[in-house]
Amino acid sequence: MSARVLVARAAHEPNVETNVATATADRARLSPHLQRLEDEAIHILREVVAEFRKPVMLYSVGKDSSVMLHLARKAFHPAPPPFPLLHIATGWDFRALLEHRDRTARQYGLELLVHGNAEAASAGVNPFDTETGEYSRLMLTEALKSALDHHGFDAALGGGRRDEEKSRAKERIFSHRSADHVWDPRNQRPELWRLFNTRLASGDSMRVFPLSNWTELDVWTYIQAEAIPIVPLYLAAERWVVERDGALIAVDDERMRFLPEEKTVKRQVRFRTLGCWPLTAAIESKASDVTGVVAELLDTRSSERQGRLVDAALQASMERKKREGYF
Amino acid sequence: MPDALVPAANDALPFSTRSELRFLACGSVDDGKSTLIGRLIADASGLFEDQIRALKADSRRFGTTDDGLDYALLLDGLEAEREQGITIDVAYRFFSTARRAFVVADTPGHQQYTRNMATGASNAELAILLVDARKGLLEQTRRHAAIVSLLGIRHVVLAVNKIDLVDFSEVRFREIAASFEAFAAPLDFHSVTPIPLSARDGDNVAIRSQRTPWYPGPSLLAHLETIETDPESAEAPMRFPVQWVNRPDAEFRGFAGTVASGRVKVGDPVVIAGSGRMTEVVRIVTFDGDLQSAEAGRSVTLTLKDEVDVARGDVLADPRQRPTVTRRFAADLVWLDEATAVAGRRFLLKLGSTTVPVALTRIVDTLDIDSLERAPGEALALNAIGRVEIEAGAAVAFDPYDANRGTGAFILIDRATLRTAAAGMVVESLDAARDVHRHAETVTPAVRASLKGQIPLVVWLTGLPGSGKSTVANIVERKLAALGRHTMLLDGDNLRHGLNTDLGFDRAARSENVRRVGEMAKLMTEAGLIAIVALVSPFQADRTRAAALMPEGQFLEIFVEAPIELCRQRDPKGLYAKAERGQLANVTGLDQAYERPEDPALVVNTSEISAEEAADRIIAKIIHLG
Repeated sequence: MSARVLVARAAHEPNVETNVATATADRARLSPHLQRLEDEAIHILREVVAEFRKPVMLYSVGKDSSVMLHLARKAFHPAPPPFPLLHIATGWDFRALLEHRDRTARQYGLELLVHGNAEAASAGVNPFDTETGEYSRLMLTEALKSALDHHGFDAALGGGRRDEEKSRAKERIFSHRSADHVWDPRNQRPELWRLFNTRLASGDSMRVFPLSNWTELDVWTYIQAEAIPIVPLYLAAERWVVERDGALIAVDDERMRFLPEEKTVKRQVRFRTLGCWPLTAAIESKASDVTGVVAELLDTRSSERQGRLVDAALQASMERKKREGYF
Repeated sequence: MPDALVPAANDALPFSTRSELRFLACGSVDDGKSTLIGRLIADASGLFEDQIRALKADSRRFGTTDDGLDYALLLDGLEAEREQGITIDVAYRFFSTARRAFVVADTPGHQQYTRNMATGASNAELAILLVDARKGLLEQTRRHAAIVSLLGIRHVVLAVNKIDLVDFSEVRFREIAASFEAFAAPLDFHSVTPIPLSARDGDNVAIRSQRTPWYPGPSLLAHLETIETDPESAEAPMRFPVQWVNRPDAEFRGFAGTVASGRVKVGDPVVIAGSGRMTEVVRIVTFDGDLQSAEAGRSVTLTLKDEVDVARGDVLADPRQRPTVTRRFAADLVWLDEATAVAGRRFLLKLGSTTVPVALTRIVDTLDIDSLERAPGEALALNAIGRVEIEAGAAVAFDPYDANRGTGAFILIDRATLRTAAAGMVVESLDAARDVHRHAETVTPAVRASLKGQIPLVVWLTGLPGSGKSTVANIVERKLAALGRHTMLLDGDNLRHGLNTDLGFDRAARSENVRRVGEMAKLMTEAGLIAIVALVSPFQADRTRAAALMPEGQFLEIFVEAPIELCRQRDPKGLYAKAERGQLANVTGLDQAYERPEDPALVVNTSEISAEEAADRIIAKIIHLG
């Protein structure tokens, strides 16, 4: 069960989250559907390790990353996952997420690389003043590209799912990127059976998405069945939030900028995705454990990226971002 | 209008028995395919409120329906396509009910996109073929059915859409269903299910419609939820392509992979298909504990009883029902690339977990997917389907595709562009002795090579008669011997006195001559030697085939160049003189063409440098390789 401590705060003070959320262990056999998804993902992870010179796993610490890491531990057992984790940190990450990240890497003895765009940050780029699309490009896309180039990774495993969003639905599991990490949706390699074409010309790279065929519900039911630890922010708790343009923004630290008249209020909320905290809206929820989240998911009628202000910026924003080299 | 929605989902948690179906939807935009998929997703409650809001906004901006929601807009993902109003690629969609999770491959209907359909079909267990009730079967429908059948899909739904626009006519529906069944008879489908429906209004999509009281069958969704697709892979003989060798420490040596077919059990004897070596399964290791057995589809790690030589690309198999292991086989290809397939082209072939260099040795025929007839062909263009013969550089273990999808499918990768050029399905081995299984060698080629302390290699000298091949080859061998290398010289003329004494000089005989010398050279390298070949070998396709026998980097094609006039002057064997007197035909450079190497490792021009100098340049190239 989850164990969280919420300390009551005066208005305008950030939330404190401690400890880690785990689902109730429900070690019943996986359904045939989840078993097939698990076997498929393990196959993909092994193919990456067998075929690429220097792979890395993009670890955002979110629920999809947590599932992907769990699958990697399964795929290479009894060996540990034979690649490092890479976290692109913007400096505006939820603190609970960073704690979870460090704890996970320590617990499993994994090499953790953290990379950010320090140059842009010191030039004053921040989620309040910088236009959202530009902020995302600089702090996420550019940071990711420079990290991949710096280390010379030829394959990067990502937690993207085809059900997240329309442009993802057409992306290959092994998604070829030309120099500068550009994705060309019109020139993708056909992907047949489980025979992935992993050949790269020099300077090119591959993004690989083992969870391509998973849905949000699959991810949650798998977390439930496998008792995978997740950041507690995914579960409902009383949190200090600001209501802004109809969205609930959690106050994660003292850097929050308040508009005149704005007040922090305490609400029972959780997050469906975890981006930079000032740009990620919470939803009101009573789901205080994973079973509750699954039940809520079957009930709600809202696809998950709704809560992410970054994506609301443009209708086809994801495709544009992906062409530029986004995750 | 359909009656009330029967709650299909959400009554059981946590879906412990939920299965999965992956299917393909084929048809054009005009047939209402995107609308049908959108409707299925919406009716199975896969549609979220914010998506409906976005859809309403989109319907006003881009919609093709006059009123209401345009379900098709749910599916067109990419900006440019949406503006054009067409879907151009394969998109994957997801929805589920309490019973089943569905993955839909949405592929376009246009003729030029055969490749996308083949892609979508390769991972599907069922196909929905969409027909407009007003138009009936089109050429396109037949084409889709043929591709679907070729790719091994055995269950088909014939969705007769827009049934409302033919006044829900039972006669019209039966007419279309009957003509499809007649056409599909030779296509080896195990089930064909025609369903009358209206994707726009929802009739017979999720629930049975009151407007087609004459139709006794299930709704489309009910059919998809309940159909049992044949578990063919579970009943086929055990195959386990080794994907990755797991060696975390000296104690553990496991072979990770996905069971391609059948079932593997602890204690089972297994044969390593390539080497013929036998061993036994000791453990089936998973993160969640050891298993006693694992069936097709499971990703596991096996440990074996003996310290045997097993690497990525090897196939562990049931020794009583072994896969075919050969270098030459026939296959059907769906050609996916702009660059046309012709005999002689080289590719990388990926089958299971193995990747080997191959050459297309012959285009046998092409399949006309409208008439289902095969006609002789010489090339395969983009979107063409045809039978070819392939020769691989190393033996490949496989089963025919129609017996085993997992070990009979392959892709061809263009070596220059690295694009996926073809989807392939193995038909049969071309070896005369098909049931001869390779005997396990205890002393392997690698052992022989390491005893000699060298990397075995084929140095192939090609050029006109009189260009100096034999002279240069002799000097090369002498110099290598002086360097302590172990060599063997295979001279074309000398071999014709023995091994190839039965062969003449016409095109076919020359090809066979080159094939035999290539095989001989390969055997020499397996003995650990550096084989030096001096052979006119005038045709590129033949040389390419010889090169494909060797691993990458262990075949040096060397063009010994000299102007024809000089060769005639030299005429060491008097061939040119004889030909000029009309006493000899098929002389290369005169009445028979010589094809210059397209991409030689080295060119030595003996009209410009001495034979000694030419040999030194070749030696330098060999030393460089190690």
